[in-house]
Amino acid sequence: MPLWLDLLVRVVAVMVAFLVLPLVVGQAEHKVMAHMQGRVGPMYAGAFHGWAQLVADGVKFVQKEDVHPDGSDRTVFRLAPIVALFPYLIVILTIPLGPNGLVAQRLDIGLFLVLAILGFGVVAVLMSAWASANKYSLLGGLRGAAQLLGYELPLVLAAASVAMAAGTLSLPGIVEAWKPWWLIWQAPAGLVFFIAGLAEIRRPPFDMPIADSELVFGYMTEYTGLRFAFFLLAEYVGIIVIAGLTTVLFLGGWHGPFADQLGWLWTLLKVFAVSFVIIWFRVTYPRLREDQLQRLCWLILVPVSLAQLVLTVAVKSLL
Amino acid sequence: MTIADVLLLALGAVAVGAGALVVTSTHLVRSGLYLVISLGAIAGLYLVLGAELVAWVQILVYVGAVVVLLLFAVMLTRAPIGPSPDLDRPIGPSALIGAGVGLGLAALFADAFRWIEFPRGDPGTAERVGEQIFGTWVLPFEVLSILLLSALVGAIVLSRPDIGRQPAPPAEEEVPV
Repeated sequence: MPLWLDLLVRVVAVMVAFLVLPLVVGQAEHKVMAHMQGRVGPMYAGAFHGWAQLVADGVKFVQKEDVHPDGSDRTVFRLAPIVALFPYLIVILTIPLGPNGLVAQRLDIGLFLVLAILGFGVVAVLMSAWASANKYSLLGGLRGAAQLLGYELPLVLAAASVAMAAGTLSLPGIVEAWKPWWLIWQAPAGLVFFIAGLAEIRRPPFDMPIADSELVFGYMTEYTGLRFAFFLLAEYVGIIVIAGLTTVLFLGGWHGPFADQLGWLWTLLKVFAVSFVIIWFRVTYPRLREDQLQRLCWLILVPVSLAQLVLTVAVKSLL
Repeated sequence: MTIADVLLLALGAVAVGAGALVVTSTHLVRSGLYLVISLGAIAGLYLVLGAELVAWVQILVYVGAVVVLLLFAVMLTRAPIGPSPDLDRPIGPSALIGAGVGLGLAALFADAFRWIEFPRGDPGTAERVGEQIFGTWVLPFEVLSILLLSALVGAIVLSRPDIGRQPAPPAEEEVPV
C-alpha cells in the first residue's frame, strides 16, 4: 500500500470513529439509563427503538440561535468548545485497536502523549467558565480546574505503574507485554485509573463542575446550539477515550480468543463494556460533595496508586 | 533551507509573538491564554529538534499545570472581562532591560557559534533520557528532588499556620464587674 493511501485510510478511520462511536455511546446512555430507571427512553425517532434520537438532537442543535451573553469575551467564548474537543481527537489517534500495527499513529511514547494532551482539557474548562461572564459558570470552572488538577496525579501514577510493568511507554507495546495475571497484579492501579478518569471527564458522580442542582449547568450554562453540542460531543468522546485507555492499559486490549483475526473486535467489546459501566455509575451514585471529592483524591487514590507503584517494583524485581 | 528550518523559524515567531502579547495585552486572562500559545510553540520547537519526551513534558507541566494554576489564581482574585488599564506600568525601563539582555545574548551566541555547524543529535527518546538521568546525571537528579521535596514541605508549613504553634496560654479569668 502506498504511503499516501495508508495515511488516508487511517485519517478517515479516525474521523469515522470520532463521529460514530460517541453517537453509539450517547444512544446507549439514553436507553440504558431509561431501562435502569424503569422507562423505555426514546422510541419514536427513526421508528425502531428511537435509534435516530441523537441525529434528531443534532439537527435541533444546528437550528438553534447562537447566543452570546452580554459582556462576555466573545473570542474566548467561541474558541472554548473547540479547545475542549480537540485533545480527545488527538488521543483517539493513538489508541491501538488490534495487533500488527492496527493503530492510527504508532508512537514510542504514546502513553506520555495521551496524559499530556488529556491535561490540556482543563484550559477549555477555564476558558468557557471565564468568558461566559456568569457567576455560576465561573464557580463551575474553578471547581472543574481544582478537580482536574487534583485527579491528574492519581491518573498519571496509575498509568506509570502499568508502564513500569510493561517496560515501555508505547501503547501497543504495553498491550503486547500484557499477561492475564496482570488483571490481579495491576488491579488497584486499574481501579484508580478508572475512577480518576471518570473525574477527568467530569462524569457523574464527579460532575461537581456542572452540578445542575447547584450551578445551573456550570461552565456550560451560557452555551447554546452548536457550541453546546460540541461540549456534549466532547463528553461522549471522553467516555470512549477513558474506556479505551482503561482497556488498553489494564484489560489487555486486543487479547482474547483468536486475537490475530478478531483483535479489533475484542478491543471494541471491552471499550463498550467499560462505557456501559461508566453509564451505570451515573445511574447508581449520587454526586459527591466538593470536599468529599478532594478527600477521595488525596487521601485514597493517591496513596493507593503510590502503594501500587511499590508493589509493581517489588513484583517486577522478583521476576 | 530544510523543512525543519522553516518549522523552527515559524514556531519561534509564534512563541515570540505570543510572548510579546502576554506582556502587552491589557486583558488579564487573555495574557494567560497567550502564554499557553507561547509555551505550546516552544513544545513544538522541541518536537522539531527531535526531543519528543521533553516536548510532551513541556505540555504536561507548563500548559497543563503551571498556566492553569496561574489562571486559577487570577480568576480567584480579580479577572474582569475587558481591559484593565490601571494595571499597566511604564514601558521604558523594562523595554530597556529586555532589549539589552536580548541583544547581548544574541550577540554572544552569534559570536560564539557563527561558523560552526553541529550535526543534529540523536532523537531524545524516553529510553535515552532515562539512561542519561539515572546514569550520568543521577546525583544532580537526586539533589533536585530533595530541593523540590523541601519546597513542598515548606509550602505546606507556610499555608498551615496551625502547625508548630505554641499552645495558647490559658485565658485569664474574667472578673465580673
